[in-house]
Amino acid sequence: MAIENLIWGYIYPNEAEIQWSILIVLYPYITGLVAGAFIASSLYHVFGKQEIKPVARFALLTALAFLLVATMPLLTHLGHPERGIEIMFTPHLTSAMSGFGYIYSFYLIIVLLEIWLSFREDIVKNALKFKGWKKLMYSSLALFSYDISEKSLHDDEKFARKLAIIGIPSAAFLHGYVGFIFGGIKANPWWSTPLMPIIFLMSAIVSGIALLILLYLTASWLRKKAINYKTLFSLAHYLWIFLILDVALEMLEIISMKYESLEEIEIIDRLLSDKIATTFYGVQLTLGIFVPFVLLILVMVMKNREKLKTLMVAVSAILVVIGVFAMRWNVVIGGQEISKSLSGTMTYVPVFFSQEGVLPAMIILILPFIILTVLTFILPPWKDMDAEME
Amino acid sequence: MELSRREFTKFGCKIIIGAAAGTTLIESIATIDAQEATSSKNYDWTKHYWGYIVDTSKCIGCGRCANACKLENHVPFDEPVYRTWVERYRITNEGREEKVTIDSPNGGIDGFTDDIPADEVKKAFYVPKICNHCENPPCVQVCPVGATYETEDGVVLVDYNYCIGCRYCIQGCPYGARYFNTEKGTADKCTWCYHRITKGLLPACVQACPVGARKFGDLKDPESEINKILDKERINVLKPDLGTKPKVYYVGLDREVR
Repeated sequence: MAIENLIWGYIYPNEAEIQWSILIVLYPYITGLVAGAFIASSLYHVFGKQEIKPVARFALLTALAFLLVATMPLLTHLGHPERGIEIMFTPHLTSAMSGFGYIYSFYLIIVLLEIWLSFREDIVKNALKFKGWKKLMYSSLALFSYDISEKSLHDDEKFARKLAIIGIPSAAFLHGYVGFIFGGIKANPWWSTPLMPIIFLMSAIVSGIALLILLYLTASWLRKKAINYKTLFSLAHYLWIFLILDVALEMLEIISMKYESLEEIEIIDRLLSDKIATTFYGVQLTLGIFVPFVLLILVMVMKNREKLKTLMVAVSAILVVIGVFAMRWNVVIGGQEISKSLSGTMTYVPVFFSQEGVLPAMIILILPFIILTVLTFILPPWKDMDAEME
Repeated sequence: MELSRREFTKFGCKIIIGAAAGTTLIESIATIDAQEATSSKNYDWTKHYWGYIVDTSKCIGCGRCANACKLENHVPFDEPVYRTWVERYRITNEGREEKVTIDSPNGGIDGFTDDIPADEVKKAFYVPKICNHCENPPCVQVCPVGATYETEDGVVLVDYNYCIGCRYCIQGCPYGARYFNTEKGTADKCTWCYHRITKGLLPACVQACPVGARKFGDLKDPESEINKILDKERINVLKPDLGTKPKVYYVGLDREVR
């Protein structure tokens, strides 16, 4: 399509090209899933919610699988990926982005330690049980320390809990900070708001819990095991609570923008009514929040009929995961579709085959599921799920 | 080929005369710049603080500035990227409301066409745009590796050997003054022709402007033309509410201009 057809009104001549593509939509989406999954696991690890225990370790593995790919969309997007490491060596501290390397690394260490501590007993048992390369692998994972006495395990648990307590603020920071990357840009009226970090965080938790629900259902189905309804409906309950917080903040943002009606309101109105009308009102709000909100209420009030309720929870979770993706899209792409001249709009047209295209985005999004599958073979988290059923 | 002595002498004379004439021509072109140009080796950046003035009432929208800039700084002509450009504003009546039509086709390089009948246009003017070299530059603030920086003499530059190409600065600039240089894989922007101003020359856009709508000078020099204009005229800057403190000052800036 000719570039003229993608432009409405007047945009600054340099704005014809959208700079941050679908890969940058993935970045907050993936880190959000990481933060959300971690926070879901800490419902058990920190807050001692026993009903979450069956999926707590699984949630940690999920967080790790997504965390391992979180840097990929960013690096793929850079004009000079080989210089990316400079962000660690010579961070320019006034930039919100400069903290990324450190926050990411710190969080990775926390997640790894947390996983190690909660799987240590299994690792040691496997190291003692297996022979050959498997023995070597598990012994290395155990760091050649095989003490699984009751006292030692108790110490592990205590330490894991302390770690998870640090983990919550760091998960919140990891993702809140991603929100600030956008929220701190005064040049862009669609991004610039102090609410952005907290909106990002709430949608992160929502997407993380929904993802965990979907993965739990898929794992149970693949392993032909019965679903622990107590766990499932408890997750659904938390999903519902965080959905309310999420939508309240998102609405607050839009309502105050409309109410204050600053000079940018005309272009924001155009963005909402034209550029991202479908993805915002349709996908993000209606399908992503309103429908699951109603479905989850029904799940909570309905008695028995577990199969139907499970289906409703599953549908809600799928909608939420899609809705949060739409939310990231509406922020990242939407913000770039309005001109900073406040007088025009442009259109992002995704390409399939290119360094910043849909294909690499799809690969990056599929990768964590493969990593997670591998992880569950090395560190099976199923024991907790099955134990609760007996 | 065999040359007689006579032919050899004739040939030799031609070469000498030709070479001398050629040198004179090159020299005479060079003196246009060389009269003012000094070596940038002696340049002391602590002694200057540069500023820029745009008088919108003078601009005729010829686009020579934007063209000169692309030539001088090797900005690709076939990509929609500009270090400077000219915007046209036309205000017409639409019922009881005023309608503002803004355009800048190819940055104004090829001039403008009359697609609205002249008698319908109530008010029209051109506004040249360029990097504001802000005193408080958001692009410098957001660069995660410090690849974009302010020089001592108040110019915002990009270190092309250091920029990682994340494009956060392009997002951070409220004026659309930055672009992505696909060849270098880095961000790029106006330098106020730093290679020229450190030799005592004017930026290419200022030199190319036939009507003096663009002025460049030293804010540290009380006698400079731009200081005299700043003292005399009513001045505005673009998007002053963002607190960026631009050093491109506008004379006759209309409220429609952002």
